Amino acid sequence: MALTGLDIFKKLPQTNCGDCGVPTCLAFAMKLASGGASLDLCPHVSQEAKDALSEASAPPMREVTIGQGENALKIGGEQVLFRHEKTFFKPCGFALVIDDSMEAAEVDSRLESLKKLRFERVGYELKTDLAALKCASGDKSSFAGLVEKVKGACDLPLVLMSDEPDVMSAALDVCGTGKPLIASATSDNSNAMTELARKHKCPMVVRGGSLEELSGLTEKISKAGVKDLVLDSGSRDLSKTLENLVMMRRSALKKKFRPLGYPTITFPCQETQDEMLEAIHAAVYVMKYGGIMVMNNLQPWSALPLFVLRQNIYTDPQRPMQVKEGFYEFASPGDSAPILVTTNFSLTYFIVSSEIESSKRPAHLGIVDSEGLSTLTAWAAGKFTAEKIAAFIKKSGIEDKVKHRKVVIPGYVAQIKGELEEELEGWEVMVGPREASEIPGFLKSWQ
Amino acid sequence: MSYSAPIDRYTGKINKVEIGTGDARVQVGGETTQPFYLFEGEMPNRPRLAMEVCDEAPGDWAKALEDVLGDVWDDPVKWAAKCKDEFGADLICLRLLSIDPNGADKGPDEALEVVRKVADSVEIPLIIYGCGNAAKDGEVLKKVAEQMEGRAMVLGPAVEENYKTISAAAMGFGHNVAGETPIDVNMAKQLNILMTNLGMPAQRILIDPSTGALGYGLEYTYSVIERDRLTALQQNDAMMQMPIICDMGREAWKAKEAKVGTDEHPEYGDPVKRGIMWEAIGVTSLLVAGADIVVVRHPETVKLMRSTMEGLGVK
Ligand code: B12
Ligand code: SF4
Repeated sequence: MALTGLDIFKKLPQTNCGDCGVPTCLAFAMKLASGGASLDLCPHVSQEAKDALSEASAPPMREVTIGQGENALKIGGEQVLFRHEKTFFKPCGFALVIDDSMEAAEVDSRLESLKKLRFERVGYELKTDLAALKCASGDKSSFAGLVEKVKGACDLPLVLMSDEPDVMSAALDVCGTGKPLIASATSDNSNAMTELARKHKCPMVVRGGSLEELSGLTEKISKAGVKDLVLDSGSRDLSKTLENLVMMRRSALKKKFRPLGYPTITFPCQETQDEMLEAIHAAVYVMKYGGIMVMNNLQPWSALPLFVLRQNIYTDPQRPMQVKEGFYEFASPGDSAPILVTTNFSLTYFIVSSEIESSKRPAHLGIVDSEGLSTLTAWAAGKFTAEKIAAFIKKSGIEDKVKHRKVVIPGYVAQIKGELEEELEGWEVMVGPREASEIPGFLKSWQ
Repeated sequence: MSYSAPIDRYTGKINKVEIGTGDARVQVGGETTQPFYLFEGEMPNRPRLAMEVCDEAPGDWAKALEDVLGDVWDDPVKWAAKCKDEFGADLICLRLLSIDPNGADKGPDEALEVVRKVADSVEIPLIIYGCGNAAKDGEVLKKVAEQMEGRAMVLGPAVEENYKTISAAAMGFGHNVAGETPIDVNMAKQLNILMTNLGMPAQRILIDPSTGALGYGLEYTYSVIERDRLTALQQNDAMMQMPIICDMGREAWKAKEAKVGTDEHPEYGDPVKRGIMWEAIGVTSLLVAGADIVVVRHPETVKLMRSTMEGLGVK
């Protein structure tokens, strides 16, 4: 249970020395209780108090890291139930299943997919995060063989799926240093699995048949020293999984119920055979508290929308991303290259700039500071007006860089053409297409 | 420490709105909990899928849409019939593109003609959406409302500039109205207050929160619907308890990712399945946030969403 400021205060030295950067121990205790400070800022606290407090002042949902190095996946650490309350912090991960009963050709093609399911969008790389290796044969040497092969061919972190401690042990002997995610500990095998997780210092999935059972298990396992846990509520249907995910998230955040204060894992791959529905189940879990989605089918046509959904849901709702005002150059534009203008909302900028890039045509793209709003939103809010665009063009110095006096505005704000021509004497204002996807065609016909 | 389920209770509930008449009428709303949270409340009516039909042949729709609709899309009556008979649409959303002053600029009488024909040929309920030009939409929807008296259609989108005309006509002639505001809880509430002040019954209003497509502002729509819903349920705010309608098909299929072929972007994979998923995943997110009616374009989306809702326990 969460401690109050007063509970914490009782355990502090109460000397008010101020070394923590706050004038009094009480003030510091209050800050700790609200999550605004961390205990190690007080150099004088006793070890005994530290143990008691660190447990209690830990965040309500633990952050868990799977794998190592730059491809490591961090999940958990979430603080809210609704993204508008603050933000969702740690984008969930997608895992693609490979099992040891698959034909070699299928394994190779899945390994290929793991490399290919990467997209560049609005300045970010969107990708599959994990390879989920499943022991379907029940045979430990067959599974270890698969692990060995995948480890050599792919640098993504692994999820190891088997409930047999023997099989798991053999797999961990092959790849245990890479901090794979062990899946799973259950009531039947938890002692042996916990031992393996401790020995190899790996994070571990805990699966229960119900949330009661699951809570009991995580409590026991964390007491045994393994704390990097991931929750599998055991359900394999959409409705029940949604319910369990909501219950786990609420328990952790609203009730500060430690046994469920971990990120989660879901298995759309085991919920349906239909590849489109599988993606839709995953989409539901992206929004509703899934930490990892284990997929049997991930094709570019399903991965792209899923990854973009994840990107949407995990953006910070308080601060639209912005790019800097100014002129951006494409394909070394000379003094006759066209001039286009748009707003500084980074989504808008990246969509427009990637189209200009793909056209391979030279262009000057002017970004007008419009406080991070999209074209129409900015226009409606008075942040992308003829006046602002004119002022931007005049002060930008672009007039010295080009011979012509033509500027292309987004098709959606065609209505400002007349006004802009008035503001920008001697300029011709051209209305571009509405959708950025039509920019390449437009540029190709530009004279 | 033992587990006990953290169940929430809500003081508010979503209005029930009836659309259409006779056996084919449809009821939406009535939720006493967050979407699909059947463990703590009810969702008596599953969200409905309206298929979009335009009154003029679309020029530039994606190939994935042309494949399934191209044979009927120059005839709204056939198009609507196909949506109902073959694709299982719950409602038809007839979009009056041809009245756009920047387009064919057809008048109220011509628009009415189309509405009447479609309404007479399919029994399922109709949503009539204008072209987005507030003045023209007001003029045309007023006429449509009068002449189609008692059909309990949904007319919209009513916006700040034309809500008086549209809701007065809807009120007088037995229709429902969808009020659109740009992704803002307070503005949605304000429009509802204005309309109910005019005398429009709250039980005949839908909230259209404005819809951004996946990758094109979806997250704003998602969050505003969640907030609308929480305001209705937790704060029991009567001016936010209207069911929510989202116009997703149009937005989804505008996105490049839903449209481009493999020649341009081989790494994006199968263009038909990709287009469907672009729409369907966007719709999924609206349903999970709290939408009660979603307007879509592709029949596969309708099928997928049906299965999904069934999977979520709402038939
Ligand atoms: C998300 C959103 C918001 C978000 C803002 C997100 C942001 N950072 O901009 C929020 C919720 C904050 C918001 C607020 C408002 N919004 Co708003 N919003 C939207 C929404 C749903 C999507 C916008 C979006 O992100 N699009 C994606 C980006 C990438 O699109 P884009 O910038 O237009 O770029 C595309 C094209 O224009 C083109 N393009 C861009 N640049 C260029 C340049 C050239 C040269 C060319 C050729 C092409 C091109 O390429 C892009 C892709 O094709 C739209 C509705 C809709 N479905 O479009 C309403 C919408 C834009 N909003 C609207 C309004 C009115 C507002 C408000 C003014 C409401 C109010 N009164 O408070 C406020 C203003 C904000 C403020 N005062 O601070 C209206 C605008 C009405 C109109 N026709 O003028 C819309 C259309 C909704 C509606 N139907 O009423 N909004
Ligand atoms: S550093 Fe420790 S002892 Fe000193 S005031 Fe801060 S909390 Fe108290």
